[in-house]
Amino acid sequence: MQLDRTTTAVTLVCVLGGSALLAVSNLLYPATSVLHVPDFVISLVGKYLCYAILALAVDLVWGYVGILTLGHAAFFALGGYAMGMYLMREIGARGVYANPTLPDFMIFIGWNKLPWYWYGFDHFLFALAMVVLVPGVLAGLFGWFAFRSRVSGVYLSIITQALTYALLLAFFRNDMGFGGNNGMTDFKDILGFPLNRESTSAGLMLITAAVLSSAFLLARAITHSRFGRVLVAVRDAEARTRFLGYRPESYKLVVWVVSAVIAGIGGALYVPQVGIINPSEFAPGNSIEAVIWVAVGGRGTLAGAILGAIIVNLGKTWLTNALPEIWLFAFGGLFILVTLFLPRGIIGLFAARPAIRGAPEAESSAAESAAREVAG
Amino acid sequence: MTNGNLLLQLDGVSVSFDGFKALNELSLALESGEMRAVIGPNGAGKTTMMDVITGKTKPDAGRVMFGDDTDLTRLDESAIARLGIGRKFQRPTVFEPLSVRDNVLLALDGDRSPRFALWARESLDEHARIEEILRTIRLGTERDRPATELSHGQKQWLELGMLIAQDPRLLLVDEPVAGMTDAETEATADLLREINHTRTVVVVEHDMAFVRALGVKVTVLHEGSVLAEGSIDQVQNHPRVIEVYLGR
Repeated sequence: MQLDRTTTAVTLVCVLGGSALLAVSNLLYPATSVLHVPDFVISLVGKYLCYAILALAVDLVWGYVGILTLGHAAFFALGGYAMGMYLMREIGARGVYANPTLPDFMIFIGWNKLPWYWYGFDHFLFALAMVVLVPGVLAGLFGWFAFRSRVSGVYLSIITQALTYALLLAFFRNDMGFGGNNGMTDFKDILGFPLNRESTSAGLMLITAAVLSSAFLLARAITHSRFGRVLVAVRDAEARTRFLGYRPESYKLVVWVVSAVIAGIGGALYVPQVGIINPSEFAPGNSIEAVIWVAVGGRGTLAGAILGAIIVNLGKTWLTNALPEIWLFAFGGLFILVTLFLPRGIIGLFAARPAIRGAPEAESSAAESAAREVAG
Repeated sequence: MTNGNLLLQLDGVSVSFDGFKALNELSLALESGEMRAVIGPNGAGKTTMMDVITGKTKPDAGRVMFGDDTDLTRLDESAIARLGIGRKFQRPTVFEPLSVRDNVLLALDGDRSPRFALWARESLDEHARIEEILRTIRLGTERDRPATELSHGQKQWLELGMLIAQDPRLLLVDEPVAGMTDAETEATADLLREINHTRTVVVVEHDMAFVRALGVKVTVLHEGSVLAEGSIDQVQNHPRVIEVYLGR
């Protein structure tokens, strides 16, 4: 308990304090000062924090109820597309074709009318509602069918992977009306704040840090509640919970939807900071990467998910610049090393014994439990 | 068919797996407040019988009546559990990473919905009941340890405690003393008798000494149906039972 409080406090201080410090030194010190943090660092950190939100969502379902999701980037991307649609509408007549309502890519493929599902996205609040609703409803439908028919283990992992792959193929199609292969880009501003201004970048990063912290506290509250203890019980002995009178499928469904919504919000914050959303965000590899971030940081610890996402992506940024051809090997090697030598991830190094509530057994590494889920 | 005293009644229940008849027109009646031991050689259908009662397996034919008017074959596991039928498995399955008291807390009868569990705070009444159960199962001093650290026998007791917490009307106990020391076995018999003061209990067991120690009515299963029924001495002297147990 004591350790858990410390971890929580340290996480919040690092995320909020760290990003505030970066924002201050970016905005207040001139570019010539040694204390100045360059703009690219701000947008990188903003991106990492979005990934951390995705990792948190993955840990909530994988770490606590044992759903090895290999498709969570789908919810992230859907949230991103909802935000992207708002940002497209915000461009208005400033596009290449200067059409006040139709985004450039629609004119390019010869459309002359805005499709119905684009209505409303000129309102920011409507777009925000969609950021929550689209991933939430899709996860709700998917989960309702999957959990009710008691699909679990590797079969569930495979259909989550199929889900994101199907969306990838669908969003590649031009006539879906989401920009096809190229996706959406050339955004100008958000709520009137120009996206190329450094104060906007810093502001977005700070908002992301605040959202990440709130999502962390929410996930912590969920996992510490009686609900969270039922989740852990379902993860380790699902049949047993049924004989106690619980319906594991409804518990899974609730946490699955919450997790999808958190991922969607992460995606919505991601798009204005990277300036583009395209179908590659649905690529199956992205979802698998997110699982590895969680394994590296420490599955079932929440703080570990955040830490893992940031550390792995720092490494990725550095390696893909320095030695781009070895990144994938290094990434795969990292997963193997963590599985062999750090079964409870980086966070596990600080915990002498499984004091973090609900953390999986010390002896069983993330990969082993994944294998067990596959077998069971 | 209605009889106020009967709590559970299996009526011509058959289950087959790929042609193998695990239960063959099994009929069995259990009175309210009774403790019954069920014995039989491997493959006699003991576990399948438990599976059918608790909804894990749907029978091909027959009815399973609980009380006067509930046909259990129409319900799923969690609905049956909520009716008041608790089951202890052969291998102890407790929630390993959770503390001993959290294991009991999750088993306490009450609202099982996610919405309730999200906001639930432990009430004074729940606290008192947990403490009482921990005393009964002799795990009071272990309350805050993760269940994974318990010994095999302690896990069996914790599971019995979880059954008591469910406050069931009928308790199904599968091989409660497998792998226990003699002292643990004796303590378990006491515990089951204590539980039987207020509840109906079915014990499936291989250990004849233990069944004798319980001193209750015994049902012998063989090839999916009842072979003999009576006191332990009666069934042990029953010629067909001797043939089945010793004849092969």
